[in-house]
Amino acid sequence: MLRTTVTFSDPQIEMAHGAGGKATRRLVDTLLAPLLLGIEDRPLGDAAFLDLGRQQIAMTADTFVVRPLTFAGGSIGTLAVHGTVNDLAVSAAVPKALLVTFVLEAGLPGRVLEAEVRAMAEAARNAGVLIVGGDTKVVEHGKADGMYVTTAGVGVADPRAQLSSAAVRAGDRILLSGHIGDHGITVLLARGQLTLDAELRSDTRSVWPLVDRLLDAAGAGVRWMRDPTRGGVATALKELALDTGLGVALEEERIPVRDEVRGVCEILGLDPLHIANEGQFMAVLAPEYAEPALAALRAMPGGEAAAIIGEVRQSPAGGVMASSSYGTSRVVDMLVGDPLPRIC
Amino acid sequence: MCLAIPGQIVSLGPEPHLAVVEISKVRRQVNVDLLQGEALAAGDWVLIHVGFAMTRISDREAVEQLRLLAMLGEDEQAMRELEGYSFDEIR
Amino acid sequence: MKYVDEFRDPALIGHAADEIRRLAAIDRQFRIMEVCGGHTHAIYRFGLHELLPSNVELIHGPGCPVCVLPMGRMDAGLSLALEHGAIFTSFGDVMRVPGRNGTPLQHMARGVDVRMVYSPLDALEIARRHPSRHVVFFAIGFETTAPSTALTIVRARALGVPNFSVLSNHVTILPAIKAVLDSPDMRLDGFIGPGHVSTVIGSRPYQFIARHYRKPVVVTGFEPLDLLQGIAMLLRQLREGRAEVENQYARVVSDNGNQPALRALDQVFELRTFFEWRGLGFISQSALKIRAEYAQWDAERRFDVPAIDVADPVAAQCGEVLKGVLKPSQCKLFARECTPERPVGALMVSSEGACAAYYSHL
Repeated sequence: MLRTTVTFSDPQIEMAHGAGGKATRRLVDTLLAPLLLGIEDRPLGDAAFLDLGRQQIAMTADTFVVRPLTFAGGSIGTLAVHGTVNDLAVSAAVPKALLVTFVLEAGLPGRVLEAEVRAMAEAARNAGVLIVGGDTKVVEHGKADGMYVTTAGVGVADPRAQLSSAAVRAGDRILLSGHIGDHGITVLLARGQLTLDAELRSDTRSVWPLVDRLLDAAGAGVRWMRDPTRGGVATALKELALDTGLGVALEEERIPVRDEVRGVCEILGLDPLHIANEGQFMAVLAPEYAEPALAALRAMPGGEAAAIIGEVRQSPAGGVMASSSYGTSRVVDMLVGDPLPRIC
Repeated sequence: MCLAIPGQIVSLGPEPHLAVVEISKVRRQVNVDLLQGEALAAGDWVLIHVGFAMTRISDREAVEQLRLLAMLGEDEQAMRELEGYSFDEIR
Repeated sequence: MKYVDEFRDPALIGHAADEIRRLAAIDRQFRIMEVCGGHTHAIYRFGLHELLPSNVELIHGPGCPVCVLPMGRMDAGLSLALEHGAIFTSFGDVMRVPGRNGTPLQHMARGVDVRMVYSPLDALEIARRHPSRHVVFFAIGFETTAPSTALTIVRARALGVPNFSVLSNHVTILPAIKAVLDSPDMRLDGFIGPGHVSTVIGSRPYQFIARHYRKPVVVTGFEPLDLLQGIAMLLRQLREGRAEVENQYARVVSDNGNQPALRALDQVFELRTFFEWRGLGFISQSALKIRAEYAQWDAERRFDVPAIDVADPVAAQCGEVLKGVLKPSQCKLFARECTPERPVGALMVSSEGACAAYYSHL
């Protein structure tokens, strides 16, 4: 019996509701989840599992809205394939197949659509997943920013890991697969409003090869995984802290950030921890598995920058802290809305 | 109003009031009108705020400041030796 | 990053913190105000307050241009987009400041053309690219930012751009400091002087604080070592009974400031007779208005900009927090009705506002 207690009271939907931070969480927790899932106060994950008798099937859905449609290192199509594959991967499900739906804006040039579809087909081939169906709708010119893509992904539960935020313990280590901020900053610069020039590419890729290797090397010790997309590492870890009631302690110096991302963030007053990533994942590991997991990832192509960036602690309960190399710490919170540059 | 960042001039021009600066491998064109009257050259370091170069950064002053700060550490070391580690009273 | 990383050196930070502890190791309280919101932000970002002994207290001052912007000015700016179809441009800091009918971002969500820019020159560029639309730049900031607005207006005139104007909310820092010093509840011992404002106005203008009010001022930079060194210099002055203006940020701040910047300010702006500061009330000779010869680029002259008076809720104690008389946590609305997500007062909206900084550190 679905419970229907809705406490969502925001007067209108705004960009903040899509930014991945507090407003998004409020929308999901107080409107969508109670009505659609009949769930309140249970942690939500990146995929849902259906017990179909013999196998546990993982399902996930995703929507892709990005301006501009293409940017260095990727495009809406590759984001769609990788994003869906990654949601399955970090749920410890072997990605198998995707359904893809397009909402296309009238006036979108045919060659633009073709380029996207080709990019998606290639991304799916490289990621070892099948695109098995989909749908298309066209809306009037002026809506859909060119095109929107939604996906549904299906995978099979991987027996090498049993993930649950309830399994996370104080003392567990937090592993990050590589440099953060590349995607969000690339897209920000690609919009052309900030006239900053940097050699930067989106990190969009399937993380399944790295996750696969991780599960081989340390599957029994992996408690929880997430891909830090919108809202960044900070939001993903804050959600973990809130879900578990434990604390997260990060070591600022250990978090890999490229010089260019750091430069843009310093200029604009942004925090790399809040910037979206499309080709990274985090794993919480039982302490004895941390070093073997790290070594395994670093030996993989694309995993060279993997790092242990912190650990889980008893306190601050529900909070995330980052410590500096000189013995001070700061509170890391979820985004309120989109990360905004500042001049002050 | 306080977020200003050091950047290095990569090139001057294409017009007299413009220059390209680099900050941690990121480049941006800035307006250098606030530094008119100073002979700017590629390699100079300037402080940048909202797309304008505000002042030159004095390397001499920066070095001097760091020297003073480093001396704090040495003074402390010297004090320790003088006072024979009996710090608890003054800390 | 050069001129940044050296001033974040952990070993030097350790020594500076030890020096502060040594200087503070006497039986008295040290109450120091950092005037500038950027300093407030830096203190929390780098966790510097954790390095200070308990008898050295940092009080957050009013140097946050978003915090002191009256809500009515926000409404006035947005009205230009709503009623005249102008493109509203401003810095990211302004995008979440509430007017009576919402923030610029909320207006954007309703279809109003609101665009964020990094530089006023970018706003001018938008005007050049859209000759059939009017572009308004909603200017905020102290003397650090005002010269950039001034030069943008000069450029607009030189290029003959007719569809661009500025709504100036620029304010000057000294009247704000004076309002703090004249407050009857003021119990401050010294000031961390604004670093980047001082690149424009120099360190000389703060002499009145030392001479008339007998309080030391140290003009300070924004990296951890800058702030720690600045605090140490203040403590030294206080211990030695001195009240002087010192310059910790000498790598960019001079005694006399930046002459081209001061000339640009004088060329384009004049002081308003008075201006309302949110929380601090009306202060005379404290804000910048565009001179008549640049009227074509002054939004207040080109448009009928309404003088909208929006009072803060009576319970909001923004003024007292701005003056350092109350700590954010002592305001009755703090963390209850007033949070960063639902701010009542501007000190909670701006990430460098005292209340927002305090809140995020709970």
